[in-house]
Amino acid sequence: MRGLLSEMLNLFLLQALNGVQFGIMLFLVAAGLTLIFGIMDLINLSHGVLYMVGAYFAATFVALTGSFVLGLLLALPAALLLGIVLELLVFRRLYERDHLDQVLATFGLILILNESVKVIWGAAPLSVPVPEALTGSVQLFGNVRYPLYRLVIIAAGLATAAGLYVLVNFTRVGMLLRAGASNAPMVSALGVDIRRLFTVVFGLGAMLAGLAGALVAPILSVEPGMGDSVLILTFVVIVIGGVGSVRGAFIAAILVGVVDTVGRTFGPILLRTMLDPSAASQTGRALAPMLIYILMAAVLLFRPMGLFPVRGAVR
Amino acid sequence: MNSSTTNIAPAHLAEVRVSFRTAGFAALAMFAILAALPLLTLVTGDAFVLVVATRIMIFALAALSLDLILGFGALVSFGHAAFVGIGAYAVAILNAYGVNDLLVQSLVAVAVAALFALVTGAISLRTRGVYFIMITLAFGQMLYFLMISLSAFGGDDGYTLPARSTVLGMPLLENNLVMFYTVLAVLVGAFLLARMLIASRFGRVLRGTRDNAVRMQAIGFSPSPYQLTAYVIAGSIAALAGVLLANQVEFVSPAYMSWQRSGELIVMVVLGGMGTLAGPIAGAAAFILLEEWLSSFSQHWKLGFGLILLLVVLFSKGGVGGLVKRLLGGAHHG
Repeated sequence: MRGLLSEMLNLFLLQALNGVQFGIMLFLVAAGLTLIFGIMDLINLSHGVLYMVGAYFAATFVALTGSFVLGLLLALPAALLLGIVLELLVFRRLYERDHLDQVLATFGLILILNESVKVIWGAAPLSVPVPEALTGSVQLFGNVRYPLYRLVIIAAGLATAAGLYVLVNFTRVGMLLRAGASNAPMVSALGVDIRRLFTVVFGLGAMLAGLAGALVAPILSVEPGMGDSVLILTFVVIVIGGVGSVRGAFIAAILVGVVDTVGRTFGPILLRTMLDPSAASQTGRALAPMLIYILMAAVLLFRPMGLFPVRGAVR
Repeated sequence: MNSSTTNIAPAHLAEVRVSFRTAGFAALAMFAILAALPLLTLVTGDAFVLVVATRIMIFALAALSLDLILGFGALVSFGHAAFVGIGAYAVAILNAYGVNDLLVQSLVAVAVAALFALVTGAISLRTRGVYFIMITLAFGQMLYFLMISLSAFGGDDGYTLPARSTVLGMPLLENNLVMFYTVLAVLVGAFLLARMLIASRFGRVLRGTRDNAVRMQAIGFSPSPYQLTAYVIAGSIAALAGVLLANQVEFVSPAYMSWQRSGELIVMVVLGGMGTLAGPIAGAAAFILLEEWLSSFSQHWKLGFGLILLLVVLFSKGGVGGLVKRLLGGAHHG
């Protein structure tokens, strides 16, 4: 009995870590998206596609250079560049439009980019090897071992989150971001080139999404449409966290990541204490993917503006 | 309070009245052409036209129902395909339990869709603007993932129906011509119902809220119950489209309720003209014909489709709606 209990605890800790890793990745995608929502009031469905393109860039550059670090260092500016190009060509014309136009245009953009990826790289999934130095696993607690690479993802994500926190709260660009979110015309009237600020935010968001895609490329298969499911989860994160709030996005992303991952493993196990095994695994498998949506609905029931409502301010 | 961030420009009242009548005539013409279409296939002997036309009408039904909330309620629902999926899965699941009657399946589909719309709508309507778009999207995905995990009904691979549904024990729908006219009848019925609703007091409150929610509240209307009712009605009609879709292709899959499908329904409504009821029917026809046409050139037809969509939205003033309005306006004055 004691053995079973400690085994369960180990499984729980492992799944919680997996959930945190998943959540960190969601945060990297959500951070840019929530800033774009909050500052430009733009609904961008194609943000998930940037995550996918980041993974493809990483796959290509890693294969070209033979080094993961070099590949990553090349993939990031490429994602940044793509974000800026898209802003100049497409998004710039959408800020003044209503949400429906934004939905339609970015929906079209998804079709274009998903299909372009198929044309350029083919429909078959690509795989990226885990960098040599980061293979293997480390001993964490007791006899629990955890893959080193996933720990590195967590660390890189946390570092990025910290960097973003400093950027938004303690730098001049961050000050302009916060001011732009609360009153863009006023910032513009004070002589700041708000258009350039928007472009910067867009490039930054694209680079963060690209970073997430590049980081998970070695542990997931890189394939067309991989950004679509992430986009929906990111929406859930942003809605729970509160549109425009980077802090809310971080907390909500970890919450969603952990609830989703732990729920998928422990939902059926918990149900088994109440139902017979076959019914439990059936119900558990059906309910687990719905957990985060139920969580979202519950949050909205009590806080329609999310956990950290932002009225025109980035926090 | 910024109660309606999704601002869809209020049309002038007189203009609405004219376009309402014009839309009526346009729909009448479309229905007449559709009703006569089987005669054409008798001459040419090409049954494929009938299949495509049936498909168009099924999606027209779904788009029409979306127009009720999108065009007349300014509620940008990005999860409408979920209701189509509920209808389709009502057919599949009842079939697995030996219930094949079309009327029973339709009743169950409408009841389940109405209930789902009532619960998710009540939560979604607490929010506005981008929140509403994202929440309806998330609820749609929730159902999509539920269906993927239901391995008893095919899961990801979908569920192949052994035969089409029966009507009072008779396999009437097996005949493509009967199928065609059944779908046409449902579409005409839904169109008339929607038209009646929009013209009624209920419809006027809905339109009033779309144009100016604050003013409607000031004259004593609480918008939420009206919007929720419209949401439930739209979901129920979309479920009927799902029942018909499952029967036409004799196959049900979670892909019917994916968010891309919801996006396509929005494209149909907006391409055809929001808030006209006839527009979505034309939009569905244009969408599916364009899909058929582009896919005959290349397997990468979505690239071309996306480009067309993007360019139309970007370079026509006021988006797609503006383009359609100008085209219609040009036809009136010219």
